[in-house]
Amino acid sequence: MASYVRPTSLDEALDHLSAASINAAGPVILAGGTDFYPARVGRALDEDVLDVTGIPDLRGIRETEDGWRLGATTTWSEIAHADLPPVFDALRRAARLIGGVQIQNAGTLAGNLCNASPAADSVPPLLAMRAKVEIHGRAGRRELPLGEFITGNRRTVLKPGELVAAVLVPRPKKDAQSVFLKLGAREYLVISIAMVAVVLETEGNVVSAASVAVGACSAVAQRLPYLESELIGRRLNAALANRVKPEHFDMLAPIDDIRASAAYRREAAIVLVRRALTALGKQKGN
Amino acid sequence: MRLIVNGKQHTYHGSPAKRLSDVLRDDLGLTGTKVGCNAGDCGACTVMMNGRQVCSCLTPVGQAAGQPVVTVEGLKAHGSLSRLQRAFLKHGAAQCGICTPGMLMAATDLLAETARPSEQQVMDAIGGVLCRCTGYRKIVEAVLDATRTPDLPPQPRLGGAVGARSMKVDGQAKVEGTEKYGADYIPADALWLRVIRSPHARATFTLGDFSGVIGKYGLERVFTAADVPRNGFAIFEAKDQPVLADGLVRYKGEAVVALVGPREVVEAVRPDELPITYAPEEPVSGVIAAAAPDARLVQADKPGNVLIRGNVTKGDVELGFAQAAAVVEGQFRTSFVEHAYIEPEAGWAIRVGDRIEIHASTQAPYMDRDEVASVMQLPPDRVRIVPTACGGGFGGKLDVSVQPLIALAAWNLHRPVACVYTRPESMASSTKRHPARIKAKFGAAQDGKLVAVETHADFDTGAYASWGPTVANRVPVHASGPYLVPHVKNRSCALFTNAPPAGAFRGFGVPQAAIAHETLMDDLAERLKIDRLEIRHRNALRAGDLTATSHRLEHSAGLAACIDALRPQWQALKAEAEAFNARRKGVRRGVGIGCMWYGLGNTSISNPSTMRVALRADGRVFFYNGAVDIGQGSNTIFVQILADALGVTMDRIDYVMGDTDRTLDAGKTSASRQTFVSGKAVELAARDLRGQILRLANAGDNATLKFEAGALSVEDGGVVRRVDLAALPRLSDDGDVLLGEGRFDPPTTMLDENGQGVPYATYGFAAQMALVEVDTELGTVKVQKIIAAHDVGKAVNPVQVEGQIHGGIAQGLGLALMEEYLPGRTENLHDYLIPTVGDVPEIEVLMIEDAEPLGPFGAKGVGEPGLVATAPAILGAIRHATGVRVTEVPVLPHRLHAALKNLPQAAE
Repeated sequence: MASYVRPTSLDEALDHLSAASINAAGPVILAGGTDFYPARVGRALDEDVLDVTGIPDLRGIRETEDGWRLGATTTWSEIAHADLPPVFDALRRAARLIGGVQIQNAGTLAGNLCNASPAADSVPPLLAMRAKVEIHGRAGRRELPLGEFITGNRRTVLKPGELVAAVLVPRPKKDAQSVFLKLGAREYLVISIAMVAVVLETEGNVVSAASVAVGACSAVAQRLPYLESELIGRRLNAALANRVKPEHFDMLAPIDDIRASAAYRREAAIVLVRRALTALGKQKGN
Repeated sequence: MRLIVNGKQHTYHGSPAKRLSDVLRDDLGLTGTKVGCNAGDCGACTVMMNGRQVCSCLTPVGQAAGQPVVTVEGLKAHGSLSRLQRAFLKHGAAQCGICTPGMLMAATDLLAETARPSEQQVMDAIGGVLCRCTGYRKIVEAVLDATRTPDLPPQPRLGGAVGARSMKVDGQAKVEGTEKYGADYIPADALWLRVIRSPHARATFTLGDFSGVIGKYGLERVFTAADVPRNGFAIFEAKDQPVLADGLVRYKGEAVVALVGPREVVEAVRPDELPITYAPEEPVSGVIAAAAPDARLVQADKPGNVLIRGNVTKGDVELGFAQAAAVVEGQFRTSFVEHAYIEPEAGWAIRVGDRIEIHASTQAPYMDRDEVASVMQLPPDRVRIVPTACGGGFGGKLDVSVQPLIALAAWNLHRPVACVYTRPESMASSTKRHPARIKAKFGAAQDGKLVAVETHADFDTGAYASWGPTVANRVPVHASGPYLVPHVKNRSCALFTNAPPAGAFRGFGVPQAAIAHETLMDDLAERLKIDRLEIRHRNALRAGDLTATSHRLEHSAGLAACIDALRPQWQALKAEAEAFNARRKGVRRGVGIGCMWYGLGNTSISNPSTMRVALRADGRVFFYNGAVDIGQGSNTIFVQILADALGVTMDRIDYVMGDTDRTLDAGKTSASRQTFVSGKAVELAARDLRGQILRLANAGDNATLKFEAGALSVEDGGVVRRVDLAALPRLSDDGDVLLGEGRFDPPTTMLDENGQGVPYATYGFAAQMALVEVDTELGTVKVQKIIAAHDVGKAVNPVQVEGQIHGGIAQGLGLALMEEYLPGRTENLHDYLIPTVGDVPEIEVLMIEDAEPLGPFGAKGVGEPGLVATAPAILGAIRHATGVRVTEVPVLPHRLHAALKNLPQAAE
């Protein structure tokens, strides 16, 4: 008979996780259930489960000295409704586009990262915010940039006995704005064909820091460093989008699948990035 | 564990990992919460937990402990319907009703937070719930109206039922969550049947000894092909589809063996532990491969992989094309399309003495009865089909699914046996819309009048015949469009492949053909410089014209009137689109038009309906209704017809639906035939009963019936005669004292070797226009408006007519823009996309009532036409917007993007 444990503290969760992980793969970590159950349609629920939603420390958004700490089990609805500065606009927009409201009410931040789908809508905004992942295990606590945490399609560096406790977002040095655009073949409940997130920091209307991330166009969402360096030092206005060149996207490796062709994805990513920059340029103009 | 559901405390002892939806349904008996996918893709299971909407199928019950949960059963306040529930009834927001609980809960979440939501807020709130019937517009209207205090429409006055915007007679159960679908109310002691399906598109296989697996898991029994008395079923005589495959599987998802045991036992079995050894073979994929001279055969006795060929030939097309001022040609391609009803196939069976009784979701109880009888080798009168409510059918529940399997198991095990398909199982195993490859050539004179049409359509009918013959016969009749054409040569061929069987799907091949004929009509308009609407108006079939099968239409051919109804908005929207395009870059708008016709009922095959109406000793009218309402509303339509034909009000009528022990055969719910055919039988039955009453009272035709306790007064010309119903001899234990019967079989003839004759008694006609906006950089299409003009003969219930048209439009939009079933790759509702609330635009319905004298009160059918005309209108609009002539659907963004790049000169 499979076990189901729902601890109320992080230590309790880690104790359980390490004890259970000694001999076997360990329990499946369950939070919002929005990936767990769909993977088990028509199958007996016969795995050991560690439900981490009963741990108050893992939930909620807190401002820290360096930025913000977003608890692992914070839901998309909580993020969408939180009072956060404009650097979070992209993430908050993504939060409203993940599944329907039901999914947003249950699905969690760390769940989306640990599931590591190439089409995870939260990854481009978090990459663009240079977020770090806070991992806890019996050996202690470590922090990793999100780009190093997800290593491939459905793969992360998380080891048996470890869990993600929080996502850490650094405070921008200057004024920061962000935007998220998602492309799918229908209006709601749609897996992205491509999506982009852009965060720009500006000083006196000049871009001082830029990050541009593209999702669903490679096994893991990617930032576009060549484009980012092209943007730095430019004036933030409607013309900024003209800086975007197709070769900035060469590091993407889109695939053909049921949703779109690889060639289309690449071109769509370019269009979306241009539009995102145009939108930010216009915002600033107002 | 303590659960608080709808304010009541419950104690639960099972696994905390169990889905909340399963606990609600199985442990607490709250079956109002529906399960459509178990994956968060459809939202049917939406409940409120701790004040917020969640998918109960994704919620471990452990997380619900101590949290307030509200389900649809908790919406009523003080025993009466909530404002939201009343608004759903008033607006006809529930059709089949399977998504209704989820919609109600999602909307409840919104209304708790937002007293006066905008339309956008409503769409955002219910965007996570899929509906396949309504096209969503009436749901949105209902939620917006719920913020006021909606009054339910009044009961139609005596004699005023036909034509009234009356509520559904079965609507209350749907909004309360008490309606019984296939997976609801399964007896607690039922065993469960799980079908093990082929993972290969084509393979031979051998079965080993199952005793080890049976012993290890504690299975009751494993059924194989050897256990099936007659191991073949099909609509047509060939009976080519095995109930359980016999050594050879012909598509991925085909049933191989059936495991029976307690539910948790059959669910625990791992398919890889079963002694089934497959030897995969190269599958035949697509019609080109199937037709190749060296193609392997899918069915050994079907040479050339040909199921059937169809043919309609009139006049001499060579002569016709020689006279044409313009000849246009095209090749078109469509995909498999999935019905995606939100209720997966489900039901249960029980052996009662030497009879078998089946409670299942179906569109065709009498065909199910005969099919199960054939499989079990029992006389049909030893099979009883009791249809549950049907949570969406659209043609997909015309074929049997669970029925023969649960019959076989319940018969042999003497225990009730239930089977509920999972969503992937439903999508892998059930029938699909036929993919088509169509070649067409249209010729017209200088004035745009068609002179000749030649078409050839190849259909991929999958591994088994299913309704392939119907498609192959229906399409040549319709392929030249709803137009007067002197010379016609329409051919079709259905080919077997190693794909899921393609069967019946709303339109039976006509939606595919309409894409071809309407694109070519646009080609002719362009070539001859005639307005696209005008050229259709000039060619529209009118009363007195000969169809492609040389059937002279006598009445009710209202296409020209439909086109005329569109005319003002056609001009206005075209001008608006052109003005918009002149000032915007990167987006372009366009307007398109699609016309259609559709023969109602079976093609040249007798399809009678027989209905009975009783007057009971207590003064109630009891309606023995053999037709299944699959959400389209036939229960309500029939009661409206019955009320006016008999001369009573609707509230006097009770009914039973589809129970084969209690009703007579009213045919299947398909081919838009129930209002027209069964509705006529209802009218005749009611008139028969009325005649008997009037004779008893010695009254004339204009008499009025009045009921008082136990007695009937018949008033005629000021004279009142009392009939003591209780004194009449009883015809049944239920208290029937008078019984009227009506039978109607639409008059048709066989088609000759050239396909000439009268295939249908009457036709539905429609003209629709679409306004779209295309993002030319991304290739995405947003449909902004649909205006649909339909000749319905007579709208018996305008709310339901609108509902059918809305729903058909949503499915047509899906066909045009997003729906593509790829066997083995899209067997869930996140990879297979159907329209959401945000995809269906504003819809304006214009009803043309060109009465059909054969139909009840002049009515025809309207189930399929809305779908047929939609894709052509959208494709025409895309072409108007961008110049891209689309010949393949769905027009996914990457396809339109590629086509835009291939235009001779860029659209801008």
